[in-house]
Amino acid sequence: MHTLSSIETKKTQNIVMPSIPHIRIENLNVTIDGRHILKNINLDIPNNSITSIIGPSGCGKTTLLKTLNRLVDDAKGVEVNGSVLVNGEDIYGKDAEVTHIRKQMGLLSQKPFPLPMSIFDNVAYGPRIHGTRNKKVLNSIVELQLRNVGLWDEVKDRLHASATQLSIGQQQRLCLARGLAVEPEIILGDESTSALDPISTQTIENLLVELKDRYTIVLVTHILRQARRVSDYIVFVYNGEIVEFGKSEDILLNPQHELTQQYVKGFIA
Amino acid sequence: MASIKTRLRREKIAKIMMQLSGILITGSLFFIVGTILFKGFPYLTWEMISQVPQGGFYIGKEGGILNAIIGSLYLGLASTFLAALIGLPVAIYLNIYVKSGSFLARSSKLLFDVLFGVPSIVYGAIAFSIMIWMGIRASLLGGIITVTLLTIPIVVRTIDELLKTIPVDLKHVTQSLGATKWEVAKILLLHIKPGIFTALLLAFGRAIGDVAGVLLTAGFSDNIPKYLDEPAATLPLAIFFQLSSPIPEVQGRAYASALILTLIILIIVICTHYLASKQRKHKI
Repeated sequence: MHTLSSIETKKTQNIVMPSIPHIRIENLNVTIDGRHILKNINLDIPNNSITSIIGPSGCGKTTLLKTLNRLVDDAKGVEVNGSVLVNGEDIYGKDAEVTHIRKQMGLLSQKPFPLPMSIFDNVAYGPRIHGTRNKKVLNSIVELQLRNVGLWDEVKDRLHASATQLSIGQQQRLCLARGLAVEPEIILGDESTSALDPISTQTIENLLVELKDRYTIVLVTHILRQARRVSDYIVFVYNGEIVEFGKSEDILLNPQHELTQQYVKGFIA
Repeated sequence: MASIKTRLRREKIAKIMMQLSGILITGSLFFIVGTILFKGFPYLTWEMISQVPQGGFYIGKEGGILNAIIGSLYLGLASTFLAALIGLPVAIYLNIYVKSGSFLARSSKLLFDVLFGVPSIVYGAIAFSIMIWMGIRASLLGGIITVTLLTIPIVVRTIDELLKTIPVDLKHVTQSLGATKWEVAKILLLHIKPGIFTALLLAFGRAIGDVAGVLLTAGFSDNIPKYLDEPAATLPLAIFFQLSSPIPEVQGRAYASALILTLIILIIVICTHYLASKQRKHKI
């Protein structure tokens, strides 16, 4: 009996595998210059869905996002305790290799930052540094990813023009394509639409929703309506602590915690 | 709260002050260039720039200052090249590999600020005493080393300031693509490429115009140096020697030499601007 049940458990585990969280944060504490920025964070980020981190300015949203790809410990005076497990591997572990960790996660920053090169080279940059040299392969990656973000038809005749000639909305889509070209598993968005006009914002939001079938997406946003439009799950962070985490509609329509209620109603900005 | 009248008057005064400073600076620049042109142009002959000093050049007889032109170009170009070769990696290391705000970053920036301000005669004196100790005579190599030491802080500090203007997000997005620090450095350098030309121009200007540093270390010679261990003439020193002569002919040639030095710098400035503008097409 015992053996059977353990086999059964294993089987179930096998089936359940895809929903094992890609990212699990355990007892995470971050201090910057002695200030306690993130306090005892525990969070499982569900796969193939969009999780939005919301909260007032300065609550630690961006720091939380940047602990996920270890951009946070780039500066002096930052101390990170606890662990962030990505596919079961602790990225703050002793043997963790930062470059490889970051490659698994595409970052979409607040403002688009195209690399100082052509449109083509921007998308091809990631594959190139990771060893793809074959021109045909690069051509097909660039076309595929530009199509993925709906930019191909707009730029196919000027692939070798400077990326800075694109409009800001196009640049942000280009940056998304550039991130996707390194085949990440996770996409991190740091208020990625805050510099964009409403139409470009909508394009990016729609793209993210389309992409969630293939990626785990974590967004930081201060726009509640955006969180409502795109996310499946919402994390409400206040003063460095996770106040509430749950399905998007639960958090927005039926928040349990008083602080969340106040934030959702607009009493805390 | 000042009335609108007072505020507008202040605005007017500030504007006039700025315009006056502008006029003063452009005026003095025109005055300098004008003087050099007026006094030097009549003496600027083909002989001046195509010949080395012949016997009696310094008492107004035939010859030119080709030795000093070539010496200065050797010295300026070689030390700018070396300063870039040494200074660029230092600036990159301090900005990308060393955590910002750390002791190493702060102390080395302070050090380079101090070195930036040290007068070139101090570099010359130190290099000179080392050369005596090593038994090396005044030579092109000695001059190049001294002037390189002088220009490294210029390269480091200017490139450092350029790298600081880059938004941290550009660094972060490049890292997030899985780039190593060296690959990030290459992207950042690509980004500030036009500025690097300006930094090197500054270094070259200081190198070619320096007198005190080369006075003791490069020496002076009427010949064009063929080897690094031969003494080399430089334009600023050539100007100095000719200007201290009582003979009007030689004094006139001093101004002609100054005109040549100014022209060399002008040509370098134009080339740098041209190269920088060609690099600017990808600028964010």
